[in-house]
Amino acid sequence: MSDPLFTPDEQKHFDAGIAELLSHYPTDRKSAAMLPALRLLQTMKGWLPPEGMKLVAQRLETTVERCYEVATFYVMFHTKKPGKYVIDVCTNLACALRGAEGLLSYLEQKLATRAGENGEKYFLRETECLASCGTAPCLQVNEDHHENLTRAKVDALLEKLA
Amino acid sequence: MSVLTEKVITRDWDRPGQNTLAVYKANGGYKAAMKALELPPAAITDEVKKSQLRGRGGAGFPTGLKWSFVPSLEKNNKPRYLAINADESEPGTAKDRYILEKDPHLLLEGIAIACYALGAHTCYIYARGEFKYPSAVLDKAIAEAYADGIFGKKLLGRDFELNVYQVRGAGAYICGEETALLESLEGKKGWPRLKPPFPAVVGLFGCPTVVNNVETIASLPRIFEKGADWFNKLGFGKSGGTRLVTVSGAVNRPGTYEVAMDTSLRELIYDQAYGQGLPEGRTVKACIPGGSSAPVLTGDELDVKLEFDAFKPLQSMAGSGGVMVMDDTACMVRCLWRVARFYAEESCGQCTPCREGQPWMTRIIRKIEEGRGERGDLDTLMNVAAAIAPWPPIGLGNTICALGDAGALPVQSFVTKFREEFEQHIRLRRCPKGDKPWGVFGEFK
Repeated sequence: MSDPLFTPDEQKHFDAGIAELLSHYPTDRKSAAMLPALRLLQTMKGWLPPEGMKLVAQRLETTVERCYEVATFYVMFHTKKPGKYVIDVCTNLACALRGAEGLLSYLEQKLATRAGENGEKYFLRETECLASCGTAPCLQVNEDHHENLTRAKVDALLEKLA
Repeated sequence: MSVLTEKVITRDWDRPGQNTLAVYKANGGYKAAMKALELPPAAITDEVKKSQLRGRGGAGFPTGLKWSFVPSLEKNNKPRYLAINADESEPGTAKDRYILEKDPHLLLEGIAIACYALGAHTCYIYARGEFKYPSAVLDKAIAEAYADGIFGKKLLGRDFELNVYQVRGAGAYICGEETALLESLEGKKGWPRLKPPFPAVVGLFGCPTVVNNVETIASLPRIFEKGADWFNKLGFGKSGGTRLVTVSGAVNRPGTYEVAMDTSLRELIYDQAYGQGLPEGRTVKACIPGGSSAPVLTGDELDVKLEFDAFKPLQSMAGSGGVMVMDDTACMVRCLWRVARFYAEESCGQCTPCREGQPWMTRIIRKIEEGRGERGDLDTLMNVAAAIAPWPPIGLGNTICALGDAGALPVQSFVTKFREEFEQHIRLRRCPKGDKPWGVFGEFK
């Protein structure tokens, strides 16, 4: 038998979370809690494992197919297990005008990976505008935001990830 | 020369602890809502109409008018909803996140006023998924408001229940489109709906819904604190108040600033209070005035006011206030490629012209930039764009939502205004700017 998805404590946390989310919506609209429910699962597990998707579908009284339809539409949901550190680098125009392409190749070189490749440790991606246009260039590491980047800042940041 | 006489949104941003309820209330917070709630709901809407507040999300639609489209309870007795659009994703735009980070109670106070006026007992704030920190600040502010009895069974002590929830998106630009936002709030992928019916009649869960931008709603407390006339007089023409703009790209001091409506693009770029000009020897070659979907302007078109109606003669728009400046070292083909790539990436895939057209345009632009362009490529590019939305812009394109137009208009405006540079790429079979298409800024050149 495979390992259960949650430990008893995690199960409690998940159940309480889902109950709270469902209280935000009309009682006949349980599936409206889809995005927050998937976020809850991903926060706990680091990604969206298939057994978790089944559980979400069951709690929201919908189908697993609907869960996947939503999960695969939004880039922040991981239906495949990502590297330990997901690094999103904005390469949109405002950042590009202030060196984002250089920043990306600097990261590719430092991390010995290529943008778009999901490795065990790093998943480096190009992403779209992160609303840091006045403080460009910027990136996010596992959703933590870093802006006004310089080489020294990037070096210090990467050191912490080791 | 325009002068910002009084700040509306950013007034208290520098005060330490402004994002906590204690400091917010100690400085008069929630008094404007108390004052507004003395009025009958219809009178609140009338005040908003009088203030000439216009939607700050991009379209500049009059807010009071939008509210008045919600049918009366006699005609439609379903629950009403207010949805706040905090899905700030338009490239070049970075303003709503600062409201959430620095003064979240200003938004919440505005929500109290708007919900009371609309008879809405539930408000969802749809925040962008990537906004981890702003969302955390907002969550704390909402919890404080509940604990203080501002929200909940009795809104500010009145017999009016109001529940406010934050919902975080998960990385989809399209969800900033109001009907896609509603789909996403209903737990679905963000596919825009056909309009009509408009959300004011058939919105969230099939009920009347108003969708407003963060900055729009955050303007409400000041309108009721100082009066609709005061707010209207701060503005210019048919646009009341001030606005937040973000200037980015090739300026000395990029950032987000509150400006008077009659501030010109030139002032925003060169004024000491704002962008502080370009580095020595550089000139403005091009400027995108309102987020990347706004058609580009040349360096000769900077004497235009940032007010909502002023851009029409230039066939562009004030949009969401994202001003991106490109100097004479920037390659226009490369810039356009970055913009086109975004819309190709973010097209939701529902309508064929957009789903197929945006990636097609992106490939052609990339090809030209890499020196593989051929005669006829520019015509193909313009034809594909025209199949999505007509040029010059007349409003509606051939797709369900405006993302189609948003991707087509930059292509059409760049090629129209900088055609010689595109042709030069094709003639020379390379980018004339070579390996440094972005000029030199920051450390990563």
